[in-house]
Amino acid sequence: MSRELTEAVSDLREADALRITDELLESGADPLTIVAACKEAMDVIGQRFADGQAFIPELIMAGEIMQAISGKVKPHLASQPAEDKLGTVVLCTVQGDIHNIGKDIVASMLGIAGFDVVDLGVDVAIPTVVQKVRELHPQILGLSGLLTTAFDSMKATVAAVAEAGVRDQVKIMVGGAPVNEDVCAYVGADGWGKDAVAAVQLARTWVGGA
Amino acid sequence: MRMFTDDWNDLTPDQRLAARLDAWQNAPIEFASPEVKQAYVDRVQLWRDAIALKKPAHVPITPWIGLFPMRYAGFTGHDGYYDYDKLAQAWDKYHADFQPDAIAMTLAMVPGKVFEILDYKMYAWPGHGTEEDTSYQYNEREWMKDDEYDLLINDPSNYWQRYYVPRMFGALEPWSMLSPFTDLCEIPFTAPFFVPFARPPVKQMLQKMMDAGDAAMEWLQAFIAIDGEQMATLGIPSMAGSSTKAPYDILGDTMRGTRGLMLDKFRRPEKVKAAMERLVPLAINWALRSADVNRHPIVFIPIHKGADGFMSDEDYRTLYWPTFKAVLLGLIEEGLVPLVFAEGGYNERLQVIADPDIPKGRMIWMFDDTDMARAKKIVGARQCIGGNVPGSLLAMGEPAQVDAYVKDLLRKVAGDGGFLLGTGVVLDEAKPENFRAFIDAGRKYGADA
Repeated sequence: MSRELTEAVSDLREADALRITDELLESGADPLTIVAACKEAMDVIGQRFADGQAFIPELIMAGEIMQAISGKVKPHLASQPAEDKLGTVVLCTVQGDIHNIGKDIVASMLGIAGFDVVDLGVDVAIPTVVQKVRELHPQILGLSGLLTTAFDSMKATVAAVAEAGVRDQVKIMVGGAPVNEDVCAYVGADGWGKDAVAAVQLARTWVGGA
Repeated sequence: MRMFTDDWNDLTPDQRLAARLDAWQNAPIEFASPEVKQAYVDRVQLWRDAIALKKPAHVPITPWIGLFPMRYAGFTGHDGYYDYDKLAQAWDKYHADFQPDAIAMTLAMVPGKVFEILDYKMYAWPGHGTEEDTSYQYNEREWMKDDEYDLLINDPSNYWQRYYVPRMFGALEPWSMLSPFTDLCEIPFTAPFFVPFARPPVKQMLQKMMDAGDAAMEWLQAFIAIDGEQMATLGIPSMAGSSTKAPYDILGDTMRGTRGLMLDKFRRPEKVKAAMERLVPLAINWALRSADVNRHPIVFIPIHKGADGFMSDEDYRTLYWPTFKAVLLGLIEEGLVPLVFAEGGYNERLQVIADPDIPKGRMIWMFDDTDMARAKKIVGARQCIGGNVPGSLLAMGEPAQVDAYVKDLLRKVAGDGGFLLGTGVVLDEAKPENFRAFIDAGRKYGADA
C-alpha cells in the first residue's frame, strides 16, 4: 500500500493520497514507511521536473500534499533521531527583497529530502543571517533573490558571514530567477542552482548525501 | 459609446490600425522646433516599420526603464515615488543623455502619497516595507480566497468592490458595507442603496478617496509635464498609451497569488477557466478606454505566470493561451498594437504564441531570458520582436561585454527588420558606463543591421 501512496502523491491525486495515508495509519502501519513513500514520490517528481515533464505547479502541489500527510503522520512519529537528518540549511530571501515563492519551494523540497530547514523568511537583515549561522552551525546557507538589486545584498551577506569568521564553516548557495554563474561569482557564493531541484542536488552533494 | 473616429464602426481592423498609428505620429504637440518635430515623426516611423516587419531606418532603441534614471541622477527610488521635481530632473537627464527611441515608462514611477492615503496593502514601496532605494514589490498572498471564484464569475464588479478592494486598501474597507450598484434600477429601491453612505466609516472613506484623487491628479500632472518635455524638446515618443493583462496573470499575479492559482489548477480547474473567460472582455475594455483617451495605439501587456517552468506546455496551450489570445485578438480588432513583455524564459512557448490566427505584423513580443535566434525564426516570422539584453549584464558586466552582446544580438535577429533593441528586465540597476555602451552599440550596429 505504500507503493500506492507513492503513486498517488507523485501523480498528485490529493484526495487518494490522503485517504491512503489514513488507511495506513488506521491499519497500524509503521509511520516511517509513509515518510519513506513520500520521499520516494518526491524523487519521482524531482526526476520528472529535471526531465521537463513536471513544472513549478507540480512541485508546489506535491509539497502541499506531503505537508498534509506529514500533519497526519507526525502525532504517530517519535521524534526523528538527529543522525537521520542530512544536515541543517539556513535559508532566506536577502535584505531588500520580499519574493518568497522560489525560496519556499526550495525549503519544502529540502525538508522532504531530509534536511533540517530553518527558513528565516524574506527581506532578512544581514546581522540576523550572521547570527543564525553562528548559533545553528548549518552546513549550508541558502540566499534567494529575484531582483537584480538583490545581488549586492547577497554579496554583503556573504561578506558579513566572512567577517564574522564563520565563512569556512558553511557552504553558501544562491538562487532566484536572475541568478547565474556570474552572479554566483560576483556575490562570492560556493554554488548556485537554477531551480529547486538543482538546489536539492547541490545540497546533497555538499553533505555527501548523493 | 466612445469612438476613436466618427466612422469607427465602418472601419476594418487595418483601417483602425492606420488611424491610430497616424494619430500617434501626428500628435498635437507643440514641438520646440521643426527639427524636433521631424525627429518625433521619424521615431514613430521606426516603430511603424518595425511593427509592419519592415526594415526601419535603424534599429529602434527601446529599453524598459525602472529606477535607473533616478540612480543615474544621484537620487533614490523613494525620491522617484515622492518628489516629482527630482523625478523630472532625473527623467530630463536620462533622456537628454541617452536619447532613446521611446520615453521611459513614467507609469512605473508610482505615487507613494496616493498609496499612503489609501493604506495600500498589496505592495511594499520605499519607506513602506522596502528600503529607500528599491522599487515597489508585491506582497504575495491570497488576496482572493479559494472559495470566491463564483462571486467573481457571477459579478466581477461587485466582487472587486465589496471583497477584493477592501482587502487591497485599508482605507477602502467600508466599501464592503455598500450595496452592489446593480441594485439601482427603480425608484422604490433607490433610497435604500444610499443609506450606508450616512455611516461615518463610509464618509471617512469617501474623504480619503477624494484626498487620494488630489494626490493622483498632482502625480498625473507631473507625469504629463515630464513626458511632454521629452516629446516637445527631444522628439521622443511615449512607448504605450494603455495597459492590460492576460486573464491568467490577473488571477495569478495579484488575486489568487502565484501559489494559490497553481493549486487551483489541480483543485478547481473549471472555476479557473470560467473566471478567465469572464475576465476577457474586462481586459480588452481596460486597454481600450485608455488607448482612446491617450490616442496611442500601443498596449503594454507585461506577462508573468505562463513563463517556462511555471506550467507545462499542455497547460500553456489549454489554460493560459486561449483567453490571452482572445484578449490579443480583441485589441487587434480595435486597431490596437499589443506590446507583450514576456518576463522570464519563453523558449517553450514560441510555437504557441506564433499562432497563425493572430494576423501578421500586428503586435510586438518583447522577451527576457529567451533564445532570440529561435524567437526570431518562429515568432519573428509573424510579429515584431525585441528585448533580451540581460539586466545582470548591465548591472555587473563591463562595457566591452555589453557591446559584444548587443553586436551579436543584432547580427542574429535584426538584419531584416521587425526588431526593437531592448532590455530583458525593467531596469533599476545598471552601471552608467554599461548603459552608455548599450545605447552606443545599438546606434553603431543598428544603423546597418
